[in-house]
Amino acid sequence: MKKYNVKTTISYPMKGATGKTGNWRVFRPILNKEKCVKCLRCWIFCPEATVIRKDDDSIDIDYDYCKGCGICANVCKIKAITMKREGIEK
Amino acid sequence: MNNVMIDTGNYIAAKAAVMTQPDVVAAYPITPQTTLVEGIAKYHETGEFKGEYICVESEHSAMAACIGASATGVRTFTGTSSHGLLLMHEMLHWAALARLPVIMCNINRVVGPGWNIWADENDSISQRDTGWIQFYCSSNQEIFDTIIQSFKLGEHEKVSLPVMINYNAFILSHTSMPVHIPTQKEINDFLPKRKPLWNLDINNPITFGNIILPPEYEKVRKEMQESQENAKKLIKEISKEWKNKFGRYHGDLLELYECEDAEYILLSMGAIGAESKVAINNLRKKGLKIGLARVRTFRPFPKEEILKISKNSDLIVIDRNISIGMEGALFSEIKASLYGKSDSKVYGFISGLGGKDVTFQDIEKMCEKVINGKANDLEWYGLEGV
Repeated sequence: MKKYNVKTTISYPMKGATGKTGNWRVFRPILNKEKCVKCLRCWIFCPEATVIRKDDDSIDIDYDYCKGCGICANVCKIKAITMKREGIEK
Repeated sequence: MNNVMIDTGNYIAAKAAVMTQPDVVAAYPITPQTTLVEGIAKYHETGEFKGEYICVESEHSAMAACIGASATGVRTFTGTSSHGLLLMHEMLHWAALARLPVIMCNINRVVGPGWNIWADENDSISQRDTGWIQFYCSSNQEIFDTIIQSFKLGEHEKVSLPVMINYNAFILSHTSMPVHIPTQKEINDFLPKRKPLWNLDINNPITFGNIILPPEYEKVRKEMQESQENAKKLIKEISKEWKNKFGRYHGDLLELYECEDAEYILLSMGAIGAESKVAINNLRKKGLKIGLARVRTFRPFPKEEILKISKNSDLIVIDRNISIGMEGALFSEIKASLYGKSDSKVYGFISGLGGKDVTFQDIEKMCEKVINGKANDLEWYGLEGV
């Protein structure tokens, strides 16, 4: 990666370049793996690429960077993803 | 071998800009800058200007387009005046903080209301703290030479800051004078291609203008300050190189005239600086030991040079601007340069606001009022007579 020797606001492409944005989250997406049919709509629609697609097309959510926008839950046809408020148990 | 062109400040500026072979010019017309961008458009039509000419919908967009182009690493130029400059204000900060050497002519014009298109420096003075280097020119030849030199200065790796070349509305922008034009090869030999400190490149993707935390932001400001200090040295070197190559010299940070034995030194900027030479000649004929230090760069401010000339002289300052609630901007900066290090007296005049003529007779009267001990610390010349 080419680096520039100048003091201004340049951010290089790397994981977490602007910090762990997951701590902005108010609502946490919870995936029910038993309901999931691996259609990958959440993976396609996630604007932050924090839905991780695994080799068998099952998915994980990267909570370090997921901002909790809720798009994945919204596009899930079978409601395998639900949004829960952070910090409140049950 | 010199080719002489007789034309107005704006058309001369257009010629200079085109000879630096910019890749992008983005501009919006405004009186009295209009003929500058019209001139560049004409060169685009004839093919002499081979870069891209972007007609934008406002000055904010003109500067934004130049910033975007400059961020890809290419050479950019624009021009504006008065309200156009003020509309650019946010983007002026942006260009400087991004360390992008956009080069721009600003034709000093009154700020309204009080609709008035004549010479007054309050437009550019109000952009003092944007991080831009500011030159003030006093002749069409100086406009030409300073534009070429500004590209070399602004694009230098030790500076990498935008540069504003200021000259007075109509007094220079619309007045024809003979100007020596070097050949394209001579300009190319003097001005190397731009080597950007950073640039947007799809093969090396970066994000620019991202969030940065307080300690890092402070470092950005400090490096800008250091770059302006570097510019002080480079302005001197570049002026000397120009003198050696082309035989012309307009001073560097200051232009000194008859200062060696002077008991009084007059300081002014822009066209008043040129008119002042006539006044100095006449006052010298009367036996008064007076000289002129024409301030060419308002940023970086030549504080060391001004301290030096104050050693044996009291200073008289003429401002074609006023920082309302305080005094003339040049007057303030000069006193700050002397503070604690010089016992010289400094006298300030506000003169020529709204484009009012400041003739050599006026300048002589202001100087004589100081020399005769009749001047107050701050005077408005011409309102109630001197």
